[in-house]
Amino acid sequence: MSALLRETSREPRERTSARIQVGRAGTRPTTAQLLRFQEDHACAQDAVLATVDAGTPGRLGCVLESRSSARDKSEYLRNPGTGRKLAEGEEGRILARITPGAQVLVAVGDGLSPAAVEAQVPVLLPALLGCLRKEGFESIAGPVFVHLARVGVLDALGEILRPEVGILLVGERPGLATALSLSAYLGYRPGPGRSDADRNVLSNIHEGGIQPLQAAAMVARWAASMRRQASSGVGFRPDAG
Amino acid sequence: MLQTRMRGRSWNFGSLYEVMAKANAPKSGDRLAGICAQSAQERIAARQVLSEIPVSRFLEEPAVPAERDEVTRAIQAGIEPIAWAEIRGWSVGELRERILAANGPTLLRWGKGLPSEAIAAVAKLMSNLDLVSASAKIAVDVRCRTRLGGSGILSSRLQPNHPTDDLAGILASLDEGLSYACGDAVVGINPADDSVGAVRRTADAVSEHVHDVLGVPTQVSVLAHATTQMEVLRQGGRLDLVFQSLAGTEDACRSFGISGQLLSEARACQKELRPELGQVMYFETGQGSELSAGAHHGIDQLTLESRCHGLARIHDPFLVNTVVGFIGPEYLADGREVARAGLEDHFMGKLHGLPMGVDVCHTNHMDADQNDLESLAVLLAAAGCTFFMGVPMGDDVMLNYQTTSFHDLATLRETLGRRTAPAFEAWMEREGILRDGLLTESAGDARFFSAGRRRSA
Repeated sequence: MSALLRETSREPRERTSARIQVGRAGTRPTTAQLLRFQEDHACAQDAVLATVDAGTPGRLGCVLESRSSARDKSEYLRNPGTGRKLAEGEEGRILARITPGAQVLVAVGDGLSPAAVEAQVPVLLPALLGCLRKEGFESIAGPVFVHLARVGVLDALGEILRPEVGILLVGERPGLATALSLSAYLGYRPGPGRSDADRNVLSNIHEGGIQPLQAAAMVARWAASMRRQASSGVGFRPDAG
Repeated sequence: MLQTRMRGRSWNFGSLYEVMAKANAPKSGDRLAGICAQSAQERIAARQVLSEIPVSRFLEEPAVPAERDEVTRAIQAGIEPIAWAEIRGWSVGELRERILAANGPTLLRWGKGLPSEAIAAVAKLMSNLDLVSASAKIAVDVRCRTRLGGSGILSSRLQPNHPTDDLAGILASLDEGLSYACGDAVVGINPADDSVGAVRRTADAVSEHVHDVLGVPTQVSVLAHATTQMEVLRQGGRLDLVFQSLAGTEDACRSFGISGQLLSEARACQKELRPELGQVMYFETGQGSELSAGAHHGIDQLTLESRCHGLARIHDPFLVNTVVGFIGPEYLADGREVARAGLEDHFMGKLHGLPMGVDVCHTNHMDADQNDLESLAVLLAAAGCTFFMGVPMGDDVMLNYQTTSFHDLATLRETLGRRTAPAFEAWMEREGILRDGLLTESAGDARFFSAGRRRSA
């Protein structure tokens, strides 16, 4: 039997972000709920396909703009390996600007959400650089911006710049709840042959998750611990000093 | 002789599995692996060659040699010799025609005699409507606590996930799902915290709510790793099904932390603890996981998916579902590729004799939306799919992807004249949520179950 049921009690919805007590029109969602869902999905889709503004890397204080070997967004999405390598000729460009062997390398990548970079990095990055200095890092390479970047591009940068610790701030795959979530990946001596198991990640950096300033302090502390422990990844103990 | 002539041009292929890969419908995962056809014509030439290959060749020449791969050995162990003798002389093209002309019981009999690679081969020669038509004839019946399957039944897994496993949040989504008559296959939760303690907490609380308080005729599952679930069971935790994700090669299974022996142990563990249950295993599969694990051995993702079904078959599952569209655009690029893969996986599972469901889903970084998902759900429901996922508005707030909703399940049942499993429907009728298989005026309001019912029994 068909029925029109508007939103009902709000009380159970306080316990979960799931879309419950939403009512129905026959067996289908109400118009308001249908459009709310489509609005959230549209934000997520636009976030994936967006590109960072031309002025963003400079405004963020990046000393260099580099790019992965992915030719365009479509290749980047369908062949993740292209986002883990740097484009041809980038090694020379990078070495012309940055001296290898720093204690820490800081990189920013658009990843799957340039919008997350635009939203979180302006607050996170200056704070991170300050926290790294407070944690005793004297030589900091970068920040470097990498267009069409996947997490593994940290190892490609590490191969060229040979830092003790590598940090990559990168936009996460957008969900319906937020398209503005950023992750920070850290690795000790990033380079060829490293994998996900050799890195640590602080994810969920956004307004509704870990605040950017809080994230900056945590990332700097982890970087310092990695340097002291001379390791990262599955064997790394963030709280062991 | 793996060659053919088409319009005056000759096409040669180096190996059986080069033909298999190139005969596939276009999928980004096969492109990523560098094994797909280089042109539309080469794809059809490969299908020409494939259509003439005798079915017997797939037992002689498995995708990965039996000596080095236990999935191959599981597939071979699952083949029923009398059925095999009936089919082995046919070509793949002939097998397609016979499948399309046969009735359901015959298809179930033949399926038991077919190696997984041969099932994959014939799927490659079938159009989308071929796949729907053949699948719709195959009715697979299973029993755990309750009975499931059979023709005219469209069931659902109620998936009330919560980002931090908050129990009140899980139960709120669970009650909402029940109020749309979802959950007759299983109430299955993906835990955010997959430690033994957390999994047991969720398993016990959800079992109490579903079984003791409400008395819903269904099953409960918490989808942690099989080893974790076994520990929960040994400690006295309450789970009806043991869940595990499968892969189509031994190396990929190892990357999942599983082996054939582990699956046998998990099943034996639950059968011993709960002898009253029928089938006790719940498996998930999905094209692309072997390539993702770097363990595909140059084999195409459709063939490897079929091999997952061959592995599942010898462990006699209550539920199997492919998760089609979760893994990302590098394996299935868009709604069209997802639709094709969903129909293939469902058909191959059914021909293996499995109670096959489909998680019809997409992520936000692929070229697909809710319309693609709804279209595929209609096709699969028409194909007799055993079950879909039921998630509040299709938005899983823990796994961050979109799948079928409580509303979608109710719509598919109403539009296509499908019913929930009989015992579940009878319970829903008594509760006043269903009448003649359709939602009543009371449906869609979770307060129906939560008001005064919780822990009152």
